[in-house]
Amino acid sequence: MKRIMIEARDIVTAFGESIIHDHINCTVYENEIYALLGGSGSGKSTLLREMILLQRPQSGTLKVLDFDLETITPLEAQSLRRQWGVLFQSGALYSSLSVGENIAMLYHENTDLPPKLIDELIALKIDLVGLPSHARYLYPSELSGGMIKRAALARALALDPKLLFLDEPTSGLDPLSSRQFDALICELRDLLGLTVVMVTHDLDTIHHSIDRFALLGDKKVVAEGTLNEVLQINHPIVNYFFQKGSYGIES
Amino acid sequence: MQNSTPAKIEIVDDVSHTLLQCRGVWTLPHLNHVAYILETLHPRASVIWDVSQIDEIDSAGIALWQLYTRSFEQEGIESKLVGVKQDQDQLYKLLYSKPHEALQPPKEPSWLFILGRETHQNVLGIGKFLAFLGEAFILLLYTLLHPSQIRYRSIMAHIYATGATALPIIALSSFLIGVVVAYQSIVQLQKFGADIFIVDMIGISLTRELAPLITAIVVAGRSGSAFTAQIGAMKMTQEIDAMKTMGFDPFTFLVWPRVFALMIVMPLLIFFADLIGIFGGMVIAQAQSHLSFSEFIHRLQGSLPIKHYIIGIVKGPFFAFLIAMVSTYRGFQVSLNTESIGLYTTKSVVNSIFLVIACDAIFSVLLTELKL
Repeated sequence: MKRIMIEARDIVTAFGESIIHDHINCTVYENEIYALLGGSGSGKSTLLREMILLQRPQSGTLKVLDFDLETITPLEAQSLRRQWGVLFQSGALYSSLSVGENIAMLYHENTDLPPKLIDELIALKIDLVGLPSHARYLYPSELSGGMIKRAALARALALDPKLLFLDEPTSGLDPLSSRQFDALICELRDLLGLTVVMVTHDLDTIHHSIDRFALLGDKKVVAEGTLNEVLQINHPIVNYFFQKGSYGIES
Repeated sequence: MQNSTPAKIEIVDDVSHTLLQCRGVWTLPHLNHVAYILETLHPRASVIWDVSQIDEIDSAGIALWQLYTRSFEQEGIESKLVGVKQDQDQLYKLLYSKPHEALQPPKEPSWLFILGRETHQNVLGIGKFLAFLGEAFILLLYTLLHPSQIRYRSIMAHIYATGATALPIIALSSFLIGVVVAYQSIVQLQKFGADIFIVDMIGISLTRELAPLITAIVVAGRSGSAFTAQIGAMKMTQEIDAMKTMGFDPFTFLVWPRVFALMIVMPLLIFFADLIGIFGGMVIAQAQSHLSFSEFIHRLQGSLPIKHYIIGIVKGPFFAFLIAMVSTYRGFQVSLNTESIGLYTTKSVVNSIFLVIACDAIFSVLLTELKL
């Protein structure tokens, strides 16, 4: 049995009167690429935000790397945050810092490594995500959309996290870059032993690089499992999402 | 995996080579110590890294090894690696698949270059501001020919936001200015027994100079910065681009309503500041030299010619025009990064206060020459 990295049980989330999550469950195992899928407004981004401590559910238990997020102490939360990397949809690079400084900040705040090694590591991470090496001296405002995504990924990978959260990693990228991005994520998963949780809409990503996923809809998790498992289920939301019977993915 | 024995390195010096026995967990949080040992290491002719006893390694560990292998190489010392596991090799290949070229950070230009560039940009900036004014006036002409396009509702909303809600802060600042001027002058005037001239002092200085200036500075800080930030935020979220594509001209929709509203509101605010400022002076005059309110007002009627008051009020629309034009212009200059909003808001307030004071100086010289 693989180790459970994230476990959500009976999560209820509501904004005022409107309920977003009605007792939902999902489980992420070690070393898998897990996706949260669903239509717009199905609450997948909210669930992701709850996992990374940006938001709290109204009730239910959420465990990330064996920490219960409801009873977590600020110190534990700090050490948990050091074990994950988050890639936001718009990159969220600090605009007053260059790409290199954006990455360096994490090393300066969290480690005591000599500057020479930090320098080497920044060059490595920038290389790893496929940015040209001069990109470290550029500011976020000087980068294209795809480069911002890559720079943000480099920053998310800075501390060699165990867990990587990606919010729509391929949105706004051209198809070729999207596939390269997917391939990179898969390679990193294999070599660094990462566990990846992502929110995505990209059918190619779902088809080629995702191991398991949860499909959210109607305030519930409609289906959870591998693509083949889910396609066996006959449920209106599953049928709609994968466009069964028309075009898109055939079971 | 969980028992994290920190990274260790044992140095075994032999006659011909130095053996580096690496063990433990070579991951980011544990590498500190090893990095400093390697920094002070002076190896013999060749180095052998024995990595067979490393339990776990991440990209930081590999980078550390690679960094010092390279620095040994520069000193002419060969390195050999023994006991590499397959996953370590794969990780290395992923990280160092492409050749790394050493990259020099871009050079800082000289101060002379920066001075020249800034001067050039400032000169261009004046031209751009004039172009902005020109475009605004052409669109104003067009709008005046089609009065149905004037945004009355928007003007009203801005009158409320920049005028009515500014009353408390204007009242407070002008009252205090009245107090300060009265207090300082009364001490001097008492030396000559000329207390009664405090009325002339307060009346003329406040209505002609101080009230308009204080009001303009408060409005520049309060509404000017708000205009820049509002338009800047709209620029960042591409709302302005959206407006342009729908044929809503930003000058008609955003600039002129703000300019008109401020030009209407400013004289009213100055009048209000006159009243409160004189009241502040009256309070001090009574407290310090027992000049009653009725005496003060009686004296004021005789000593304050109407022209001073009118000059003060007339300055209002001019100041308002400068503040609103500069702050909306700065708003349009905001670019897509978050820093620029702060930068241009600062510039907007600094520029508009400077322009207001410069404009006041011109008024002062002109009107004195005209014997007004």
